[in-house]
Amino acid sequence: MNSLLPWITLLAPLFSAVVITLFTLRWKAVSSFISIGAVLVSFTCSCLIFTQSGIAAAEFAWIDISGAFKVPFGFTLDQLSKTMLVLVSGVGATIHIYSLGYMRDDEGKSRYFAALSLFMFAMLGIVLANNFVMLFIFWELVGFTSYVLIGHWFYRDAAADAGNKAFITTRIGDFGFMIGILMVWMATGSIVFSEIAPRIPSLASHPAFVTIAALLIFCGAVGKSAQFPLHVWLPDAMEGPTPISALIHAATMVAAGVYMLVRVAFVIQASQTALLVVAWIGAITAAMAALIATQQNDIKRILAYSTLSQLGYMIMAVGLASNDAAMFHLFTHAFFKALLFLGAGSIIVMLHHEQNIWKMGGLSRKLPVTFFTFTIGALALIGCPPFSGFFSKDAILALAYERNLPIFIVGLSTAFLTAFYVVRLLVIVFFGDTRSEVARQSKESPLVMTGPLIVLAIFAALGGFGFFARNFLALPMEKGVTLFVPALAFGALVVGSGLAIAIYRNRTGEPIDVEVLRQKFYFDEIYAWLINWTQELLARVSAFFDRWIIDTAAVDGSSRGTWGIGALLRLIQVGNLQAYVFLFGLGVVAVIYFAVFRS
Amino acid sequence: MVLFVIFCPIIAAILIMAGAPARKAALVASVLAFAAALFLLAFFDQSQRDFQHVTSFTISPEWHLSFTTGIDGLSLVMILLATIVTLAAVWFTGTIEKYENAFYACLLFISGGAIGAFASIDLFFFYAFHELALIPTFLLIGIWGSGNRVAAAWKITIYLAIGSFILLLGLILLYQSFPVAARSFDIRALKAAAGLGQISADAQRHVYLLLLIGFGILISLFPFHTWAPEAYASAPAPAAMLHAGVLKKFGLYGLLRLAIPLLPEGTHHWANLLVVLLLGNIIYVGLVTIAQKRLDWMLGYSSVMHMGYIFLGIASATILSTTGAVVLMFAHGLSIALLFALAGELRKQTGTLVFDELGGLGKVMPFASLAFGFGVFAAIGLPGLANFAGEIMIFFGAFKNGWEMAHFHLFQIATVLALWGVVISTVYMLRAYRKTFMGTMSERWKEIADLRPAQRVPVVLVVGGLLCYGFFPQSLVRMVTPVLHSYVTSDRHLTDEERCSHGAVRRPPAMDPEYRNAPQGNGYKVVDK
Repeated sequence: MNSLLPWITLLAPLFSAVVITLFTLRWKAVSSFISIGAVLVSFTCSCLIFTQSGIAAAEFAWIDISGAFKVPFGFTLDQLSKTMLVLVSGVGATIHIYSLGYMRDDEGKSRYFAALSLFMFAMLGIVLANNFVMLFIFWELVGFTSYVLIGHWFYRDAAADAGNKAFITTRIGDFGFMIGILMVWMATGSIVFSEIAPRIPSLASHPAFVTIAALLIFCGAVGKSAQFPLHVWLPDAMEGPTPISALIHAATMVAAGVYMLVRVAFVIQASQTALLVVAWIGAITAAMAALIATQQNDIKRILAYSTLSQLGYMIMAVGLASNDAAMFHLFTHAFFKALLFLGAGSIIVMLHHEQNIWKMGGLSRKLPVTFFTFTIGALALIGCPPFSGFFSKDAILALAYERNLPIFIVGLSTAFLTAFYVVRLLVIVFFGDTRSEVARQSKESPLVMTGPLIVLAIFAALGGFGFFARNFLALPMEKGVTLFVPALAFGALVVGSGLAIAIYRNRTGEPIDVEVLRQKFYFDEIYAWLINWTQELLARVSAFFDRWIIDTAAVDGSSRGTWGIGALLRLIQVGNLQAYVFLFGLGVVAVIYFAVFRS
Repeated sequence: MVLFVIFCPIIAAILIMAGAPARKAALVASVLAFAAALFLLAFFDQSQRDFQHVTSFTISPEWHLSFTTGIDGLSLVMILLATIVTLAAVWFTGTIEKYENAFYACLLFISGGAIGAFASIDLFFFYAFHELALIPTFLLIGIWGSGNRVAAAWKITIYLAIGSFILLLGLILLYQSFPVAARSFDIRALKAAAGLGQISADAQRHVYLLLLIGFGILISLFPFHTWAPEAYASAPAPAAMLHAGVLKKFGLYGLLRLAIPLLPEGTHHWANLLVVLLLGNIIYVGLVTIAQKRLDWMLGYSSVMHMGYIFLGIASATILSTTGAVVLMFAHGLSIALLFALAGELRKQTGTLVFDELGGLGKVMPFASLAFGFGVFAAIGLPGLANFAGEIMIFFGAFKNGWEMAHFHLFQIATVLALWGVVISTVYMLRAYRKTFMGTMSERWKEIADLRPAQRVPVVLVVGGLLCYGFFPQSLVRMVTPVLHSYVTSDRHLTDEERCSHGAVRRPPAMDPEYRNAPQGNGYKVVDK
């Protein structure tokens, strides 16, 4: 039985996706309950797996060419994956239930739940994978379900474009990822993590090779976790339904990049140069996204940029060679960011899909539960003690202080910016006067939506203590640092929040206008220009060349009778299709002729 | 049973020409052929490396010419593909306004010819069956095509005729390059003789080049590819399905069946050239595909591009990459057939395949858009669909080829570029999907109907095949690896010591199982220094 538990955990959502697609597309309620049932089964099994040790799951060979290549379909069940299983299925379950409310009247509800189940399958697969190819398989599958769910409202142009952008951008990261996998495979002769890890030290004589391989693998995470310079897809992905933004684009899938890096830390940590690059990419992303977030007006986009920024922190922790700190922040972030998105979803639904924060205001009175839980999430996000985010962010900052001072400074400034934009959001949305008709008429969401908010709020508030902290807070800290760093961070928080309150209290419009931040540093424009002048131009030139040079040359060339077919062609020019077809018969005869008389 | 699979479509075609009810007879024949292929699959002995179910009718003992058919893992996979696509194509055809009987007969001739070529053990019939399948392809485009059909038909006819002609020259030269005593049309005998090094290295190089160009034209190898998109855009959907899905694979099958085992030195010698050309398929044609403005042209170019991956598997000539190539041949056959079928349906419904005029059709055609999505994501190598399994084996196999620690050589660079090709195909496929099925819908398409339940059967069949082998590729791999193991000597190229001084390839006897089985002392002779 025990050896089946991982299989049940993994396959229950797949089963749900298949059943819904094949049979229950027409019965929306049935579909949603099948999906929720499946995720609850996964959650229960995950909890059972978590409490037990020594589970050995059955494997089978996905591809096996004896002597040349073997891809086992097997599971890793260590502390890391067990905890991650509980997190993914737990947050997944709350968001499934919340979706019941959010997607209540959606005509594509069955499709939504089928894709959601497929996502759970793929995400659990990433967590469980014990080798690179299997990881890559599920890695691509989460990308696919993300594409489907971003484009859930596919008849909207923006949603359709956002889906494409997300999939293509992450594919660019996966291009590097795959090369990295191939290099590691060639160098160590295996794709199974537990076999590669002991062989990595033997590559020490090829430092450049290891660095390149590590950075290529990191490319995968840059795409999936939306790090600079491939971060552009994540804000656009907010075109999807809000529960999707919470589950896929905040709590789990985008964090999969971090999980992957931790899983293959033996490669990344084999190269100091790679670590440094990883840390700086994380730091740049964190600071850049936080800067952009200060000037956005769409509630979901602000949260999206804040996700980018927090993912930057996690990547930074990976680059500082601390898996524990990265995973700890991944966990707390999963709770508070899912909570913030679901809170935002609650607001958006009650305001009839109004997402502009300047059209809100004073919502603390209209949606008290949402307000209360959202504030807990926000406090956790800015790292206010004693909420969960304080512990995890402090762990990373302390680490940075110890190992790399410039990165610590970037991290600290980001903490200040985080406090600034989050408090700005809180002030504009929940306080002051209501600034639009829909906001005035709004009321609290139903229990099916506030329930999950409350559950997540409890974890976001208390996640720093006890269970999670015990599992992850085994961090190396020098004396003195422990007090000094939190004090600085808290100072940054107070200044940031105070500044935001001072500037945005009782405002009805944006008082500060920084064009470059509002335009997101012009990344989209620059990329569009680049693509237009490289790939698109090449494509158009190639297409022209193909039609007017190669094709014409080939046809002309052949009709001028290159090597001995002139005779054939003369027949064609006077004959018709049928006559030519007859020639084929002659061709068949010719083979006998040559074979017989020439031998 | 093998004979039944070959002749079931051919006899049905003749009956239809004679006046049997076209659609019914064609459907019955393709269902029977499919069932027979499944039967062969069920009773296939996977432990055996040699041909099974061999039947042979001697035509001329003097020239070692006989009508011999049989299957091994490689041909069984191709036959399975051919019967599935035939069934789908026939089922999808519907009513044809002019010369309905001739249309269905043409389809069945293509199918029978392709199956015959895949099942032939005899070189002569291997070629003849393919020619049998080509002729109806030209007719289908010329008579029932759309757009600029006559020009397209001419172009494909001239191109493929030249290709066949060069191929014929190559096959004749191949036959001639064996010592007189070893000459035979029987592929098994040829392979046994080649295994003993009876073709000189020079001859191998010449013959391989001819076979590469001949087969290459048939497969639309860059730069001989320009016939393909135009022909597929003009062809009626079932013809495009059968040609792009099945018949084009004949060339790849030929390279695997003949070039790799018989001409290892040629394979090695021309590997660099082939790699450059296949990168033309992947990168250059990939870029051309991006610039297409019509769905049918885009699909035509994309099928040209994807041939590059299969070529990469063949050029590497390792057990891993060739296995991947076979899996991808199978998977690509199914996925491109699916896409052409749906594009044909779209053309029938809307009368246009220009991207700018389409859009948002997912709302009115939910089933078709789901099915098309399967095709799109299969084509861009999404795991869970069979194409991914093939591609990943090709990438791993090609990357390993000639590997040296800390140095990238030709095959490593080619693999990296081919991986970039995956990004390119993602761009054009998703863009096409977006422009056709997503976004806002024009008022014109409000009345369009989704696929009828009866039309969904072939779609489900094809998607089922893609999913089945996508989740369990090992069931294909198991079938083809025993054959391919005997075709590729090892996972690396022969080193110089293994080559005889004047160039003939002599494999160490222990490595070649054929050595033990080959008849000794009756004309077979190892070429000595």
